Amino acid sequence: MSVSKKELLHIANLASLELKEEEIQDYLENFQEIIDFSNVINNAPVDDLDITIAAHESKNRFRKDEVKEFEDVQAMLANGQDIEQNMFKLPKVVQ
Amino acid sequence: MNITDLTVHELQEKLKNKELTVTEITEAYCNKIEEKEKDIDSFVTTYLEEAKSKAKEIQEKIENGEIAGEYAGIPIGIKDNICVKGTKTTCSSKMLENFVAPYSATVVEKLGNENIITLGKMNMDEFAMGTSTENSAFKITKNPWDLTRVPGGSSGGSAAAVAANLVPWALGSDTGGSIRQPASLCGIVGLKPTYGLVSRYGLVAYASSLDQIGTLTKDVRDAAKLLTIIAGKDEKDSTSEDNGNINYENCLKNDVKGLKIGVPKEFFGEGLDKEVKDRLYEAMDIYRKLGAEVEEISVDIEKYVLATYYIIADAEASSNLGRFDGIRYGHRTSEYSNIDEIFKKSRSEGFGPEVKRRIIFGTYVLSSGYYDAYYKKAQKLRTYISNEFNKAFEKYDIILMPTSPTTAFKIGEKSGDPMQLYLADIDTVSVNVAGLPGISIPCGVDSKGLPVGMQLIGNKFQEETILNAAYTFEQEYKFREKYKPSI
Repeated sequence: MSVSKKELLHIANLASLELKEEEIQDYLENFQEIIDFSNVINNAPVDDLDITIAAHESKNRFRKDEVKEFEDVQAMLANGQDIEQNMFKLPKVVQ
Repeated sequence: MNITDLTVHELQEKLKNKELTVTEITEAYCNKIEEKEKDIDSFVTTYLEEAKSKAKEIQEKIENGEIAGEYAGIPIGIKDNICVKGTKTTCSSKMLENFVAPYSATVVEKLGNENIITLGKMNMDEFAMGTSTENSAFKITKNPWDLTRVPGGSSGGSAAAVAANLVPWALGSDTGGSIRQPASLCGIVGLKPTYGLVSRYGLVAYASSLDQIGTLTKDVRDAAKLLTIIAGKDEKDSTSEDNGNINYENCLKNDVKGLKIGVPKEFFGEGLDKEVKDRLYEAMDIYRKLGAEVEEISVDIEKYVLATYYIIADAEASSNLGRFDGIRYGHRTSEYSNIDEIFKKSRSEGFGPEVKRRIIFGTYVLSSGYYDAYYKKAQKLRTYISNEFNKAFEKYDIILMPTSPTTAFKIGEKSGDPMQLYLADIDTVSVNVAGLPGISIPCGVDSKGLPVGMQLIGNKFQEETILNAAYTFEQEYKFREKYKPSI
């Protein structure tokens, strides 16, 4: 299966990434190579097997839903930009 | 006596006998870093002045009888994707170039409880994606055995610094071989514990079902010691497991009589360098001489492991790295007019090419129309790979195979070809896919004088078995007495 430029840009857009025009050809070639390589799994004898989603047995580990205050909110916020009253200022999203 | 040549257990012995002080040890490492780091480029950040003042404080407390911890004053290097509160944690990415961690990882808290001194944060492939440390946004770390070659990756800074005696030991992380492969290329010991044995709280996530923090050390005893410190259940990581506070040093018996070692023939075929293969066969003969039973077996996964790994790892990465949106932390673009532009431009400017490549591939295998063909199939293959290992562990105690198909390659040799770099992971990824423990130890050098690594894989939570097998080989082979890096 061959990947088109249009499809690559669609996937990049889904991932919130922009590719520069001069980068596209390289990404396209690498992407095709990785997909071709991954197609080896098409013939794997796994139809009767269940999926594994974790390294060990899949079970939920429940804990009490208790609020725990993070001790250093200012240190957390210090990595953001444009902060006012402990909130992040952003461009308007609702017209 | 050259202080920085010593292992941690040798340093502890000297401290105990009052032949050395904590301040002398830290001074020696700081001097060594100031002298050699310019050649190796293994650190993203150093804390030399802070380390010296911490050492002074610890030394005074020891003299006043206020602390008597067995690791008090021992220095360490920490991979730069593990958070240390109040200091930069960059993941060697422009995205996190100015990120200051608001909390410490659980492993860092545990080191702090032992009064271990952090010398700095180690260089790595960006977000732990790579096998050569060439994907760092800041610098290319060099292999101390040959400065024109890569140290492996992604924990290349940690491995190179241990090999060059810039730190006595280091922490790394291993998602598909990122501790074992650089340990192999740098001639040191790299241990990737069973998934869940060490808390991942405070480790910046790459692929959460595969990531595991582990150790890079000069010898196996130091690996057992560092694992003892960092292992165990943590309420902040729900996937972590209670290990009963095992002291892993107690398993080092220097005896492998009757140990059953399986050697999967599929990993000794085409693609494996002949000299690497020769050293491994010599190592098998040593195990036989020591009383172990070594037999060729079939673990029929080799043709599927890399594709399975990259599909799962990149799918998880595409989700995990979605959090980098330029708002709460990380790089934010300077030019935007709406929220969508903040997301796209910040991510496109902040991430390097390999990270973007993996996010795009991960998004693709999770997208409508391809989910079943790739992601779901890879999850089924994960079951298949685990089943193959389970069959092997019914008969054998450990599995012996290469850590890397080649010794260290030249800087730039493969950097333009992602697929070639992916192939460097062929021997290590299956351990992460199945959640097993694996250790790489040096077992000789090739004709260029570059170290060869041997990988020993155990069943889940059988770290004691692989540590003892590695230790017994090490005591017989004495790699560190025979070979040293050129630097």
